[in-house]
Amino acid sequence: MNFEAIKSIYGFEMARMRRTLLQSVISPVITTSLYFVVFGTAIGSRIPTIEGVSYGSFITPGLIILTLLTQCTANGSIGIYFPKFTGTIYEILSAPVAMTEILIGYVGAAASKGLIIGFIILATAYCLSLINPDFGTISVAHPLVMLLFMVLTAVTFSLFGFIIGVWAKNFEQLNIVPMLIVPPLTFLGGSFYSIKMLPPFWEAVSHLNPVLYLVSGFRWSFYEVSDVNPLVSLAMIGLFLALCLSVLGWMFRTGYRLRS
Amino acid sequence: MPPIISVKNLTKTYGNGFEALKGVDLDIERGEILALLGPNGAGKTTLISIVCGIVNPSGGTVMVGGHNVVQDFRQTRAMIGLVPQELTTDQFETVWNTVSFSRGVFGKKANPALIEKILRDLSLWTKKDNMLRELSGGMKRRVLIAKALSHEPEVLFLDEPTAGVDVNLRRDMWEVVKQLREQGVTIILTTHYIEEAEEIADRVGVINGGRLLLLEEKAALMKQLGRKQLTLDLTEPLAALPPSLGAFDLTLSEDGQKLMHEYSHNGSQDSISALLAALTAADIHFKDLSTRQSSLEDIFVALVEEKA
Repeated sequence: MNFEAIKSIYGFEMARMRRTLLQSVISPVITTSLYFVVFGTAIGSRIPTIEGVSYGSFITPGLIILTLLTQCTANGSIGIYFPKFTGTIYEILSAPVAMTEILIGYVGAAASKGLIIGFIILATAYCLSLINPDFGTISVAHPLVMLLFMVLTAVTFSLFGFIIGVWAKNFEQLNIVPMLIVPPLTFLGGSFYSIKMLPPFWEAVSHLNPVLYLVSGFRWSFYEVSDVNPLVSLAMIGLFLALCLSVLGWMFRTGYRLRS
Repeated sequence: MPPIISVKNLTKTYGNGFEALKGVDLDIERGEILALLGPNGAGKTTLISIVCGIVNPSGGTVMVGGHNVVQDFRQTRAMIGLVPQELTTDQFETVWNTVSFSRGVFGKKANPALIEKILRDLSLWTKKDNMLRELSGGMKRRVLIAKALSHEPEVLFLDEPTAGVDVNLRRDMWEVVKQLREQGVTIILTTHYIEEAEEIADRVGVINGGRLLLLEEKAALMKQLGRKQLTLDLTEPLAALPPSLGAFDLTLSEDGQKLMHEYSHNGSQDSISALLAALTAADIHFKDLSTRQSSLEDIFVALVEEKA
């Protein structure tokens, strides 16, 4: 294992986050506050509780998952795409580093960033709930399960982002998945409502959406309410993680778009 | 001593069907400076990229220091430093950070004293805290060299290092190359500036169309293929060559003022004294004489055109 290399790549990527601190950290705080003001307070005050949870409390886990998915996919893809685009990747490819070590460096950094932002959102939501009791209360029933879901989601979607970054040949392709695929899946995956509120046909269709399982399991760790069994959620994340790892395994064996 | 780099029957066909290398064999000796010449698209960069591990070969083997570049990539890549052709840098990094990053990625523990020495040698020390985007093209080139040297490589590849570089940097760079050579570092460079290859290289290889056309000691190459030309400036113009000079390979300029004589390096020296004696006998006098040796460039152009 080339630990120095992993440390260097991870450190390099985290330094990039520090340079863009405003964009990386302040913007999710603002976005979260806006969601809470609009959905939690303005609209949420007119919505009764969902499965015994107030609307503001209900959407908090969904909002964290939404941000984790978009941030991790975007960070994971840009981390590897940018050196490919500028050409600086020559150095990493010519270094005595295995692809798995490159992956650990980039994906580790992307997931860390996502997790930091996830916790900032959680803290922001908690502070807002203290300021405005109408909004609801934030409580975490199973902190370790919550942490497990967050880490698994962050790592899986950072890996997914890395795949996109290797695959993308231009900025349009790079953005298409995080911009056009992840948000609809998240919004339709029960981030801001329970799929039990949908007509039976659409409730069934929603089960095809992988994000549903993430949101549902994650919400269970907060309030012990869920659309699907939390163990099924866990299994689905595991499946997606395994899928991403096998795609990457194939990419690294063949040198797909990196050493071809 | 076994060669430090041994390339056997190396081929590379890219995804679009382009055959960049069509079976290259090449042994590079430890401590030598090898210049690879070739027109654009000849396969030079592909060859370097495969040795450095950036591109997977389609066929054949490459050994560096006795290790295979595909299976034992950790050993081979750790030995090699690469200065790429393009000025690719992380625009928002500082000089110090980017050079330290290179050392880390190559698996070496941080060594600030060494990085300082490298930056000083390349006149980059005063710029160490500058962001790369603030540097001129020449300075960026120096940074790329510093990055390649940061992990103390035994083999250094310089891919067109002097393209778009001013005289000062070129001189500094060759100074560094000389120092490295004294330390026993093997240097492989590709260049378009043939005078440079002529000045600095021990051996010269010519690549074109994915094949290594020639690999020769520079001196031997010059001797074997180099032609010399003797030009005599006559005091009185000649209307025609006198028959007594018919035995010599002579051409008369149109105005009759100049006599040219072509001869090769390995031809006997006698031919010139014989010519001069014959000229005196024919009562032809000259006010000046000059000789010109064909450069590596002439040899190169002749080779590439002939084999193309």
